Amino acid sequence: MLEQNGAVIRIDRVTKIYKTGDITVHALRALSLSIRRGEFVAIMGPSGSGKSTLMNIIGCLDRPTKGQYFLEDVDTSTMGRAALADTRNKRVGFVFQSFNLVPRTSALENVELPLLYAGVGGAERHRRAKEALAEVGLPDRAKNMPSQLSGGQQQRVALARALVNNPSIILADEPTGALDTRTSVEVMEIFQRLNQEKKLTIIVVTHEPDVAKYAERIVHVRDGRISSDEPVAERSVASEVLKALPVIIPEKDDDE
Amino acid sequence: MNFWAVFKIAARALARNKMRSALTTLGIIIGVSAVIAMVSIGQGAQYLVQGQINSFGSNLLFVMPGNVVQGGANVTTAGANSLTLDDVLAIERELPGIAGTSPMLNAGGQGVYGNQNWNLRIQGTNEKFTRIRNWATARGSFFTDADVQSSSRVIVLGNTVAEKLFPGEDPVGKSMRVRNLQFTVVGVLAKKGSTFGNDQDDTVVMPFTTVQKKLQQRAVLSIGQAMVSATSERGASLAETQISELLRQRHRIAEDEPNDFRIQNMSDVAAASAQVLGIMTLLLASIAGISLMVGGIGIMNIMLVSVTERTREIGIRMAVGARPSYIRLQFLTESIVLSLMGGITGMLIGGSAAAAFAWYFDWPTLVSTLAVVIAFSFSTAIGVFFGYYPAHKAAALDPIEALRYE
Repeated sequence: MLEQNGAVIRIDRVTKIYKTGDITVHALRALSLSIRRGEFVAIMGPSGSGKSTLMNIIGCLDRPTKGQYFLEDVDTSTMGRAALADTRNKRVGFVFQSFNLVPRTSALENVELPLLYAGVGGAERHRRAKEALAEVGLPDRAKNMPSQLSGGQQQRVALARALVNNPSIILADEPTGALDTRTSVEVMEIFQRLNQEKKLTIIVVTHEPDVAKYAERIVHVRDGRISSDEPVAERSVASEVLKALPVIIPEKDDDE
Repeated sequence: MNFWAVFKIAARALARNKMRSALTTLGIIIGVSAVIAMVSIGQGAQYLVQGQINSFGSNLLFVMPGNVVQGGANVTTAGANSLTLDDVLAIERELPGIAGTSPMLNAGGQGVYGNQNWNLRIQGTNEKFTRIRNWATARGSFFTDADVQSSSRVIVLGNTVAEKLFPGEDPVGKSMRVRNLQFTVVGVLAKKGSTFGNDQDDTVVMPFTTVQKKLQQRAVLSIGQAMVSATSERGASLAETQISELLRQRHRIAEDEPNDFRIQNMSDVAAASAQVLGIMTLLLASIAGISLMVGGIGIMNIMLVSVTERTREIGIRMAVGARPSYIRLQFLTESIVLSLMGGITGMLIGGSAAAAFAWYFDWPTLVSTLAVVIAFSFSTAIGVFFGYYPAHKAAALDPIEALRYE
């Protein structure tokens, strides 16, 4: 067992094996990893390295075949589907590459979703969702449908949704993959701000070295194992990068 | 997560595809409205027939001439004259528990008053007709025993005949012609209405002796039928056996030979017609029920499509913490809302259809609470039954796969 010194995530010799017919794939091979509360970690690796599997296990979307995974000292490796859903609801905030907002449902209601499943009452749900939207800089977009929002705005709504239930970790899977350079930096700026101001634990899965450099620690995964785990030497500060970028006049559809 | 929230999500999901939801509910609407309309019309018919039978009085027996066997061949009822006035008189004279008897002779003929004329359906009977048939006169009075004895040329008109021959006039005391014979109108019967298009008021009544002696070319002593009124409803079946014994004796029928008359007990008629109508209603309702089933399959079909279409949405909901049971509940609620909407709309349409039908054909409307309750619970049950499989399929989705679904 690993030390418990403030570790939000403790992965202890986790193995994940997929069996598809006759083919057996070892996605993770006795991988161990520990992430402290308040850390900003980037997980990198080529496709097929097992980083997606690792992300699914960290996000409680999947269970290890062998080994244990503790999220806030709670062993999730033996949980059933309902308990895993509850854990995702209370402890994990997801941000996806393709935003994954529920279509034809307003930004506010999208942000309210985790609270709805947590059983939070209507009035409080509203208040907290509005707060979360303000946190990501979209206080006046509550009523907009996802289709009426730009990519950057959609990703910010997704971020607000990830934040709203005060999770233990925010798990972002290629959060800038579908965004242009400036918007990407803007999103990373929010991540960095949340990490610093609210001491949120943030895990970003990416294959872009530029994006990984906004984190304070980079974990490389290869062949189902951790190939390197190092602090970032020259960390990028998104707010400064933004200043250096030319200001783009917002497109018309940005303002409806 | 409270029920209201689940309901709101379901309602919104359905509202996104208004046309599709409407078409899906159409199956249920047609099914439920058909069930309600059929059951209501069926029960209306039952009520109507029951009412008419009751208006005859359930202690009433009809005695009719039956098959006469001559040399092994059945002679038809129409040609039989095996029931005579003496038989009728004997029934009243010899049997206890008989309140009265009334012979019935049917005839036809043209009725004329002034420049009006009408084809009459003539019933010849005695003065007990009003009591036995439970049919009073509205104006004037019925003919008396003396009229029967003297075969007087008096006539009592049914309401329809009175209206046709004496428009805007009081026929009582007027003289009219039947088959070129002068008759005096002594009364008009109360309006009874029609049974299945058969107007009961299109009739005239006169003493049977008058029919026998004045209207029939040759004197025939046999009668068409006799109405016998038992003193009580219970006494009716006893009277039936007694009449049968008496007539067999009078007609000298050997023990192994069949009756040459028929006896119809009004409560038997009531029971038989209730049974026939009940079966008919059940049959119609089951055909309607099949269309309800088809509607349910439509719901299942569209819910399966919906689950596939919204795989990604299901993945998102699961990722943010929806338990599989919540997903199941959500889709189940959608299908229940669909079928309930169909059920309620169907109830309104079916109810109005039954009401319109009843109004048009002048039937009693009986949109029974039972039919409404059945249709309501049935459509909910259909929502649950046909919604469960798609909902279960949605709940069983793997969140990782669902999130990746394009």
